[in-house]
Amino acid sequence: MGMVAGLRQAWQILVLLAVFALGVWAKSSGILDDALKYQDDILYLARQHMELVAISGGLAVLIGVPLGVFLARAGFRILRSVIGQIVNLGTTIPTLAILAMAMTVLGLGLPSAVFGLTVLTLLPIVLNTVAGIESVPPALIEAARGMGMTNRQILFKVELPNALFVILAGLRTAFAINVGTVPLAFLIGGGGLGELIFTGIDLMEPGLLLAGAIPTALLAVLVDVLIGQAQYWLVPRGVNPLR
Amino acid sequence: MIRLDQVTKIYGTMTAVDSVSMEVDPGEVCVLLGPSGCGKTTTMKMINRLVPMTSGRIYVGGKDTSTLDDVTLRRSIGYVIQQIGLFPNKTVEDNICVVPDLMGRERKASRRRASELLEMVNLDPVIFLKRYPKELSGGQQQRVGVARALAADPPVLLMDEPFGAIDPINREEIQNEFMKLQAELKKTVIFVSHDIDEAVKMASRIAIFRDGRIVQYDTPDNILAHPIDSFVADFVGTDRTLKRLQLITVAEAMAADPPRVVAGDELSTAVRLMEEHGHISIVMVGPRGRARGVVKLDAAKGRQGSVGEHYEKLPCMINLRDDLRKAVSQMFTHDQTWLACVDDDGFYKGYVTQRGITHLLGATYRDR
Repeated sequence: MGMVAGLRQAWQILVLLAVFALGVWAKSSGILDDALKYQDDILYLARQHMELVAISGGLAVLIGVPLGVFLARAGFRILRSVIGQIVNLGTTIPTLAILAMAMTVLGLGLPSAVFGLTVLTLLPIVLNTVAGIESVPPALIEAARGMGMTNRQILFKVELPNALFVILAGLRTAFAINVGTVPLAFLIGGGGLGELIFTGIDLMEPGLLLAGAIPTALLAVLVDVLIGQAQYWLVPRGVNPLR
Repeated sequence: MIRLDQVTKIYGTMTAVDSVSMEVDPGEVCVLLGPSGCGKTTTMKMINRLVPMTSGRIYVGGKDTSTLDDVTLRRSIGYVIQQIGLFPNKTVEDNICVVPDLMGRERKASRRRASELLEMVNLDPVIFLKRYPKELSGGQQQRVGVARALAADPPVLLMDEPFGAIDPINREEIQNEFMKLQAELKKTVIFVSHDIDEAVKMASRIAIFRDGRIVQYDTPDNILAHPIDSFVADFVGTDRTLKRLQLITVAEAMAADPPRVVAGDELSTAVRLMEEHGHISIVMVGPRGRARGVVKLDAAKGRQGSVGEHYEKLPCMINLRDDLRKAVSQMFTHDQTWLACVDDDGFYKGYVTQRGITHLLGATYRDR
């Protein structure tokens, strides 16, 4: 335990030093100043970026959790394995291909970007919801039913609270993927910080590229921390391995 | 209180429960006993309709359960299962209050009740109310499980091998606690078990199941003394007569008002008393009647002096409330043919002898 903690601390210090060194280098080479020139663009596009994350991620949660609950029902064992296979296949298709396919059907712009991102985000959410609900011991369900809970009460008072930790772990993975993929949405006209990144690449301008990349990375970290905190505080202590 | 009328359960082509009829009176503990797969658990689960029955009728408190909806029926019946099934996301307090909360009872009152119930199952509310199930041992968890089943004060309790997964020492303890609780609350209990010792200990009546039918439904003593067929005899075991020992308390078996002497008596008085009663020893009591020692006939005969100078220590005594199994065990341990019986304060109340016990157990066979 002591050694693991020590290693972790050493790692954190190393990362901090690296970030600091990177900052020094960026400042001295003038790239940071270049990047800061685009402050207005960054703020506007970051907002757009977050909107894309919120809409596509929110949709994925709204679709994925109920779908997972539905698939976790005993009667859908076959359907579940079929969908599991489709999901596994889906993860092998390159992200860009999914966006391109969405574009061919829905055309350029926000709808196809949201669609593609939602599909990508859906997978970990559905899988974790199924796994979480299935991990609830059958004895709990029997006790709940024997005490006179309705199916609805069993779902909301027993199954979901006990699966919440695993479901939120799925959300965390899903949003990490989502935030990191949003830049690609620029390619099909979805907007977001991808605009700065890809323009930077095309113009061979590292300052512009970093003006998009650094906020994207920060957003990813921020979202991860937020969901991590939600996981820590929302999941009751009795079923929370973190507490 | 509970009546089953021709209750049958058929799975596909397999008849799990075959027209079972039985009646359980209020306040009784009815143990459904049998090997696994005999239909005892299925029968129990048809009462709260976790298993729907194929045909038949079940009445609880005079009401035909088929006229009630599942949820109302189940909330009026306490349910305890072997796997305990406490909700890990809820504290002990909230676990106990699940049914009262579902029924929309006032929160304050139900929390107060939870605290009382926890005390009744020998857990300190101050320590345990706010804990989570994972912070409790198995025995503690099932105590909470019992408290939870009692929270809405249902008249009927269904218990599915509730103490089966608990280690023997804790099981013994929690069984005793439950019996104490039951003596106070007088619930009507259906208790599924495959352990004959547990059944003998807990039951007012035992129903022995085999292949979905009740083979014998009777009091523990009758089942042990007069098993109806070789299946029941085998199931209750070849030592079934010894098991009957635990059904009888020392108080029931002892000869009361025995002769006694005090320290100031002459030995000759003691000898006379023993010869009068045909005893080989006599208990010496203190001034207020506490058992203090014993004078043996062969040691006292022909000797002079007072009892106080010649008594020996009593090798062992037995409490009136203990069962005969413990009494016999004590006799064997100390190589005695009789035991002095005392009450909680140590007052000498009577004696039990090996002969007397043998006679008592044999009585039921001689009557027939």
